Amino acid sequence: MSKKLALIASKGTLDWAYPPFILASTAAALDYEVQVFFTFYGLTLLKKDISDLKVSPLGNPGMPMPVPMPNLVQMIPGMESMATMMMKQKIASKGVASIEDLRAACLESGVKLIACQMTVDLFDFKPEDFVEGVEFGGAATFFEFAGESDVNLFI
Amino acid sequence: MDFQKELDARGLNCPLPILRCKKALAEITDGQVLKVMATDPGSVKDFQAFCKQTGHELLSLETHEKEFIFHIRKQVKP
Repeated sequence: MSKKLALIASKGTLDWAYPPFILASTAAALDYEVQVFFTFYGLTLLKKDISDLKVSPLGNPGMPMPVPMPNLVQMIPGMESMATMMMKQKIASKGVASIEDLRAACLESGVKLIACQMTVDLFDFKPEDFVEGVEFGGAATFFEFAGESDVNLFI
Repeated sequence: MDFQKELDARGLNCPLPILRCKKALAEITDGQVLKVMATDPGSVKDFQAFCKQTGHELLSLETHEKEFIFHIRKQVKP
């Protein structure tokens, strides 16, 4: 019987979109059965169009910057878009996969993507907002799989 | 070394070489050999780990300057 990986994806920024999709797609390549439960801001990662994911240097003192930048400067309108643009350029130049590609790899290899029904309702999302193949469920749905998983991670 | 299929994963970063390798292995028959070329320094450990966990056999691992070449024999399922 194959091993199982259960992930909770709770963040919806460009940088934090990577860990769940990298781990899920790789685990699937290692013949794991994988389910990812998307809750709160993580739901953003299931939208049909995820080309507008952003990364913000604000509140993230660990983010490497080309020049030291005080918080006040990071608040200036346009800084977030600039940081996102620079991150995307870096991603492309280093041969790192795009989030779209990793998500497609997940769906192609049978990773189950589950949207938390409660947060879907909370944010007034519609089922048709999400990419095809997404399933809907609650905490009990997560535990049905997570309870018998070999690896469980909250991201 | 003889191989039946070749995968160029040069320039790709984690986890793409592994994902492409998995796909390429699905396209050959059991017992056949896949040659993979990669430049991701992390791929050396990753391919060893991949083979250990999936049952495919890592026949060889060569390093040519900044390039890594793997020969992987697809697992023969009983």
